[in-house]
Amino acid sequence: MTPFRLWVYLQTTPLFWLTATLAAFLVADALAKAAGRRPIVNHVLIAIALLGGLLKLTGTDYQTYFNGAQFVHFLLGPATVALGVPIYADFALVRRNVWPLAAALLIGATVAIASAVLVAKAFGAPRAILIALAPKSITAGVAMAVTEALGGAPPLTAVLVIATCILGAVIVTPLMDALGVTDYAARGFAVGLASHGIGTARAFAVDPVAGVFAGLAMGLNAIVTPAVIPALLPWLIG
Amino acid sequence: MIRGFFILLAFQLVGEVAARGLALPAPGPVIGLALLVVALSLYQRWRPLDEETLAESDLGKAARGLLAALPLLFVPAGVGVVQYMGLLREQGLALAVALVVSTIATLLVTVGVFLLVKRLTGARGEA
Repeated sequence: MTPFRLWVYLQTTPLFWLTATLAAFLVADALAKAAGRRPIVNHVLIAIALLGGLLKLTGTDYQTYFNGAQFVHFLLGPATVALGVPIYADFALVRRNVWPLAAALLIGATVAIASAVLVAKAFGAPRAILIALAPKSITAGVAMAVTEALGGAPPLTAVLVIATCILGAVIVTPLMDALGVTDYAARGFAVGLASHGIGTARAFAVDPVAGVFAGLAMGLNAIVTPAVIPALLPWLIG
Repeated sequence: MIRGFFILLAFQLVGEVAARGLALPAPGPVIGLALLVVALSLYQRWRPLDEETLAESDLGKAARGLLAALPLLFVPAGVGVVQYMGLLREQGLALAVALVVSTIATLLVTVGVFLLVKRLTGARGEA
């Protein structure tokens, strides 16, 4: 078999791009680890950049790539359901703080959606961008599902979600210290709601109580934002 | 592990059927997630379910395994951004400003409301 025919063969099986996806992730994760897991060096973003570069280099279209990578992508569904387990485990905390949590959750989730969409709209961003931006404060799997249900572009959402994640993790500590907020439950809840995953990791690094409340906010917002967006978005986009 | 994975898939399936069948606006997996939380709460009334028992159950193990790999699972969809590079470049400024403003506003409002309501209701939480 000539190298060219071998390559053509590899393109037709899912094996090559599935393996490449795991390889890119492992390389990206090693890089993030070497950088001391600073929020700005995000392994998901690096893996996406590596694979994007590889597609361009080899002239492969996204559909061919996805034929292989879909096996990883499929697991996002059951993984989203699996978030129910840690959310349930944190429910004791909800019962003790039910009113502050409920109020902060509903108002915070609404501000997260509305502020992003309205600012981008003021800049004249097209509808596709506004839809992709709306769920940016929730965990990527759920956010992409929300965008897809609204007829938007899930990949745009994935990138915006990760950018939000990094921003929140970088901003939260200096902002809260400057304001003199010493209630770590409140600080954690705010960062988990605004910037989910990395925000939560950041909160755990600062204070264990902040970490638990950040995880709780991330979980609850993954339920509230998908429920709020379909009602809020038509009104915001107009 | 297989039983745990079955439970997760079954809840996703019910969530998808409910989302499409009832034309609910929320995505199927999210409805599955909410139903799983409700089911665990109901189960607890019937039989005590502490955190450790749940973590060591088939469901707990399957969930932990999948959630540990969660960042990897975002990658295939994320690579799809190669189809939107032009749009991203074109809207780069709008997106950067929207994300920064929105993240700061969300942090401030959430922490403010949390503290205000906590003070008003005198909630007993770890501070």
